[in-house]
Amino acid sequence: MVSTFNGYRRADGRVGIRNHVAVIPTSVAASSIARGASEIGAWAKPTPHQMGTSQPAEAREQTERVLVGIGQNPNVGAALIVELGTEESDAGELADRIAETGKAVETLSIRDAGGTRPAVERAREVLEDLNEEASLARREDADASELIFAAECGGSDATSGIASNPAVGNASDRLIEDGGTASFSETPEFIGAEHILAERCVDDELRERLLERVAQREEMADMMGVDLRGAQPTPGNQEGGLTTIEEKSLGAIAKGGTTPVEGMVEYAERLPTGGGLVLMDTPGYDVESVVGKVAGGAQVVAFTTGRGSTTGNPIAPVIKVAGNPKTWEKMSNNMDVNASTIIDGDSVEEVGGRLYDTLLSVADGQHTEAEKRGLEEFAVNEVQPKQIAGSGVGR
Amino acid sequence: MKGIVIDGVGLKLTTEDNVATALDDLEAGRSIDAEGLDIELLEDISFGHKFALEALAEGDEVYKYGEVIARTTKPVEPGAWVHTHNAESTRGRGDLAGVEQ
Repeated sequence: MVSTFNGYRRADGRVGIRNHVAVIPTSVAASSIARGASEIGAWAKPTPHQMGTSQPAEAREQTERVLVGIGQNPNVGAALIVELGTEESDAGELADRIAETGKAVETLSIRDAGGTRPAVERAREVLEDLNEEASLARREDADASELIFAAECGGSDATSGIASNPAVGNASDRLIEDGGTASFSETPEFIGAEHILAERCVDDELRERLLERVAQREEMADMMGVDLRGAQPTPGNQEGGLTTIEEKSLGAIAKGGTTPVEGMVEYAERLPTGGGLVLMDTPGYDVESVVGKVAGGAQVVAFTTGRGSTTGNPIAPVIKVAGNPKTWEKMSNNMDVNASTIIDGDSVEEVGGRLYDTLLSVADGQHTEAEKRGLEEFAVNEVQPKQIAGSGVGR
Repeated sequence: MKGIVIDGVGLKLTTEDNVATALDDLEAGRSIDAEGLDIELLEDISFGHKFALEALAEGDEVYKYGEVIARTTKPVEPGAWVHTHNAESTRGRGDLAGVEQ
């Protein structure tokens, strides 16, 4: 069977599954204006975040990589960069980097516009024009091999490693079989399972880099003088039956299916199209981790949960996969795929197939529960001073 | 589901595992046929939590997924709940690193 969908083919060759106009603030100071201006229509998607107008160079570089990556994501048809005007990041430069993909990009300075009210009015005028231009795009035939699929987990419990993560892993295997890319991340949640991932790496260089990154995350606990056990597994994970980080990690890596690990990219770095299974080095905080992969070019996300989660994303649709039957019952209006049937005897292959069909339908335009409810969490991972002083962890 | 279902209520993910995951809320005193071995649950085991399939001494490795997930911090009887009160991670102990320095 040929796996296809209809998507928006962009000038740079990548295919979008949505046609949003992104409204990207360069700092926290422009975030509420970005949000306010976006009330103009559901097609305008703000990415408000907490980063300040001035950041250490290494942190700023990462923030800019995220914002540019979000603008370049093929789900974005056009973008507006909003700045207060005092930021160290140059809105024009960020716009230029996004415009390299061939899409329309504009900038707006709140200071130059004359303050907040005129800025919102001006932003809305610009957004109307950008939307008009983006709306010229039409869906056309696209192949599953053009999809970059991001796997994420949040609110894990014992069912995550038994049901939902293996189901997502099976869908990843199917997409990779069809020539696509699957990516998962959250390096702290490789601790205790890294030897399995290392064995699956395609070469020694990658294997060493992976082990080094996991060691750095573990050292970070040392550096901060904390016992990782207090935070990992989280109290919620523990209530759900997970005793140690090793147990959580062994369940978490099931999201990556069974194919070889072909590569590992930095936080928010571009993921290759047609690249097989590619890891991203991210923190364990799920919202930041999803944003990192979407900035890397992922068009669609599968998010597994045991205890429940409502997290979405403004740019990429998030498919919620429930592993716990009680969560499926209690939160079915936030869940897209029920993987808890695996606990009652369904095979992982059966549910993985169901999830893969859902993934293609969502690529084709079907809205996820998170999209229907306007759940669009966004956060940028901040490189901490201790990380900069330490070993470059978190890059 | 991957693994071996024990008496319809527990899941052993690989043959090497010495703990099983409860597939339902299980009550203390319940007797479980664990592949021919009769195990009586010593306490209530909530859905998703683990019980020991064999006796473990303090410091023994706990196996799930065929991998070491923890080390016991006290002796554990068959049928006992295995969790943070009697087992701990062997990784990410920044608190201990601080003490050593």
